[in-house]
Amino acid sequence: MPSSEQRADKPIQTGRRWVNVLLGSGLVASVVSFLYPAIRYIIPPPVAESTSRSVVAAKVDELKRNSGKVFKFGSKPALLVRTADGTYRAFSAVCTHLNCTVQYREDLHQIWCACHNGLYDLEGRNVSGPPPRPLQMFEVHVQGEDVVVTRSA
Amino acid sequence: MSRLYRRTLAWFDERFGAGSVEEFLRHKTIPVHRHSLWYYFGGMTLFLFIIQVLTGILLLLYYRPTPNDAFESVQYMVTQVRFGWLIRSIHSWSANLMIFAAFVHMFSVYFLKAYRKPRELTWISGMLLLFVVLGFGFSGYLLPWNTLAFFATKVGTEMAGSVPIIGKWLLIFLRGGEEVTGATLTRFFGFHVAVLPGLATMLLAIHLFLVQQLGMSVPPGVERAIAEGRKPARSTPFFPNFLLRDIIGWYAALGALGALAAVFPWELGTKADAFASAPAGIRPEWYFLFMFQTLKYLPAKVLFVDGELLGIFGFSVAALVWVAVPFLDRRIGFGRVTRFFTGLGVFALGYMIVLSLLALR
Repeated sequence: MPSSEQRADKPIQTGRRWVNVLLGSGLVASVVSFLYPAIRYIIPPPVAESTSRSVVAAKVDELKRNSGKVFKFGSKPALLVRTADGTYRAFSAVCTHLNCTVQYREDLHQIWCACHNGLYDLEGRNVSGPPPRPLQMFEVHVQGEDVVVTRSA
Repeated sequence: MSRLYRRTLAWFDERFGAGSVEEFLRHKTIPVHRHSLWYYFGGMTLFLFIIQVLTGILLLLYYRPTPNDAFESVQYMVTQVRFGWLIRSIHSWSANLMIFAAFVHMFSVYFLKAYRKPRELTWISGMLLLFVVLGFGFSGYLLPWNTLAFFATKVGTEMAGSVPIIGKWLLIFLRGGEEVTGATLTRFFGFHVAVLPGLATMLLAIHLFLVQQLGMSVPPGVERAIAEGRKPARSTPFFPNFLLRDIIGWYAALGALGALAAVFPWELGTKADAFASAPAGIRPEWYFLFMFQTLKYLPAKVLFVDGELLGIFGFSVAALVWVAVPFLDRRIGFGRVTRFFTGLGVFALGYMIVLSLLALR
């Protein structure tokens, strides 16, 4: 009689499989609905970027020739350099390698990152060490007493 | 005294089951051979971890995890609070000695092939514990909110951010935003005092259970000598003989910690400033130096691939191979395969030492 027993079992097994699938997918859906808010919670909402396109980086008589200064530009540090011939240049001060803050080296006439010894020239180009990209350059205008740095649109 | 001891033991035996407490203590023996010295380093790591838990709880009484308060609260602790300097210095020194002890423990287990069957899971739980310990080091380093820590955190999280696909998500998860800010400090504080201690406790329970269950590993060379009858199999009871020796080591470590904290109090540095340049001579803690120096040597591009990405990829593969070693080194005790893994270990240790020394130059 084994063959008739098997036949009798079959609909029951199919039915059980359906119950399992329904229960299982319900369980998975509920777990996802528990986890989703937690995962969204972990990632903070984006902070609005500062909209100001220009900032007063320094006073005209503040920097001597062949020196540099880190200033706040929006939420990020930027670097103002007064070259040996007296002209101003401004760059993002965030090293393109691993995010450290760069500085002007008076002895090298170059921009240097202390973290991993990266060097940039006064055009912002990465000339030696690990940095993979040049520093972003900003426009500089002298307006009266102020040295104004502007981000190009 | 001994009557009281026996009665106490009997009281517990009635509740835990006959003889189980004593059996638990007597079950474990420590093999005695010429490599026995290395058996002490696991216990030493555990002891220093307990010191970390205790001093960490004390630090929590004064520390405030916000960018305006963190540096000042540590400063207050080490200058105004009685013995605050001692507690903080012991926490820092003990952290470094713990990581050192963990590395010694790991390399001794590696070279003596103690990871071989059936101790694969002991090795893996130990490696996970080592990663947790490095996580403790990295997250704890930021908490005083000083300049060195600020840039170390920028670099470390930026490295996580350059991982393909999930990098961006990982960076924002770690920093609590795009930049290293007060949100990062709050997160790292949470990792350091809640998430990692929880993970460490769980892994430690598994690790210690496996050690208790499987007993101590005997190095293959010693095992062979015993099997061939060239040497007798000697052992000593864990309780109390080995434990008493352990305690002597721990007592000495406590003395060394006190002396180090008193003679070389841990520096606090200057308060972090998000708009100041990274200071010259900046470098991470000694246990990350080999990675730091590698990053310095890697050029910007290696065949169209960012140098740093290549470095991170290399270290990830190396770590994976290291964790999987019990499954890769399957012919332990004889043959070429096992010699290859010994050589690999010598290379790894040599690489770490040489690159670290180059970074200190």
